[in-house]
Amino acid sequence: MRTPASEIAVTARRISKNYGAVEALRNLSLDFPRGQLTSLLGPSGCGKTTLLKIIAGLLEPTSGEVEVNGKAVTGPGPDRAFVFQDFALLPWANVLRNVAFGLELRGIARSEREAIAEGYIRNVGLAGFEASYPHELSGGMRQRVGLARALSVDAQVLLMDEPFSAVDEQTRRKFQEDLLSLVQREAKTFIFVTHSIEEAVYVSDQIAILLPRPSRVSEIIRPGGFRNKGADQIRRDPEYLDIVDEIWASLRRYVE
Amino acid sequence: MMPQRSLMLTLLSAGLVFGAWQIAGMIPVSYAFPTFLETMSALLRMVLDGTLFVAFGETLKPLLVGIAISAALGIGLGLWIGLSSWFDWLFSPIFIVMQAAPLAALIPLLVMVYGIGLTSKVFVVCIMAMPVIVLNTSGAVRNTPTPLKEMGRSFLGSERDIVLKIILPAASPIIFSGLRLGVSAGFIGAVLAELKITPTGVGDIISYSRSIADYPSMYAAIFSIIVLAVLFLNLLERLEDFLFEGNNRGYASDT
Repeated sequence: MRTPASEIAVTARRISKNYGAVEALRNLSLDFPRGQLTSLLGPSGCGKTTLLKIIAGLLEPTSGEVEVNGKAVTGPGPDRAFVFQDFALLPWANVLRNVAFGLELRGIARSEREAIAEGYIRNVGLAGFEASYPHELSGGMRQRVGLARALSVDAQVLLMDEPFSAVDEQTRRKFQEDLLSLVQREAKTFIFVTHSIEEAVYVSDQIAILLPRPSRVSEIIRPGGFRNKGADQIRRDPEYLDIVDEIWASLRRYVE
Repeated sequence: MMPQRSLMLTLLSAGLVFGAWQIAGMIPVSYAFPTFLETMSALLRMVLDGTLFVAFGETLKPLLVGIAISAALGIGLGLWIGLSSWFDWLFSPIFIVMQAAPLAALIPLLVMVYGIGLTSKVFVVCIMAMPVIVLNTSGAVRNTPTPLKEMGRSFLGSERDIVLKIILPAASPIIFSGLRLGVSAGFIGAVLAELKITPTGVGDIISYSRSIADYPSMYAAIFSIIVLAVLFLNLLERLEDFLFEGNNRGYASDT
């Protein structure tokens, strides 16, 4: 079952993170295989977002280190892009500028970055909304803007912090299907934080179950059988249902 | 449809206020309170003989200089205070004291130090206008949503980019409301300076007309300065719309 080292895009090694006296993460190690989607799943307060932000370079671990493609992480870098739970769009900027904003911060010339952004706006299905402002869009459309922004900087690793938790159920299902084809189409490594068991099992190649206080990886699950069966077959696959049940069985005692 | 309706509402509310003014002047509520029409004819007279323009030429000098200084320095200092807890500790108390100080009582002190010229008047405008601009700016900067700052960092924005392209625009609605309050206070300061330091400009018309009991002229001068302030505030709103179009989200009741 072990993946060869060159196939590992991101490695977290013995990560600990303390907030004062509170231990958020203790000695957590985890590998993220290249080109696959790994979910960090756990009850709230288990430190999954903290781990994601450490990988992003937004937070510094108290001890331990993160490597992306063999290089130690010291801060945010061009090899990683972040999709935020609450979208983090600029309310004063229209869709086009928001999507191009990552490239703008990198100093790419306006015409070039807008051409790139327009392509990704089409890809995420927002063509025609380039001149709209975030407050004119639905939650789902706003997250598409956030996704297009992360895609336009063309990072190898996409970090997604509960990206679908702020959108409605139907939009979320559509997003999950779209995410599956995105993982297949783009040769990128996805790290995906979620608190939804069904969502994790549905979209992931690998699920890391985090248990709280202090957080450590309790189990790694690699759903195999139903991955190639087509988006609409997954939810009725016996293996899918078994894994969902199994995860719930191990998590339920941590939920008060 | 909408612009027409809002124009009608504006005209309606102006009509109501001026009508009430006219009636109150005709009762009269006080010997020193002229009717709306008397005031307007005094205003027209001052416009036609040019007194008003000469007066505004005088009043606008300390006003515009003071507002320009307050806006530039106020936003700059506010940004600094909002970004650094050390500057907050150092400067915030000054502006809180400045805002709470009874300015009229301090004017003799200013005159002693800076004389009766333009400098003292500019100071009065600044003392009135700057604190609210500084305090609004620093508060808004301090409350920049964390996700936006994290977004800037994760997409590799430099410190400078994050301040100029995220923190300042995010603070802009509150900075602009501080500017609006500051500009109105600056207008009050400019007239106050002309009443308390040396009678020039519009302040001169007000105090002279009062001394000879020409109340229509006195109210006409007050009215004209209010009109100018409203125009100025409108201009500021246009500027905000032009700079940050997405800030204008209509009214909470629009859906």
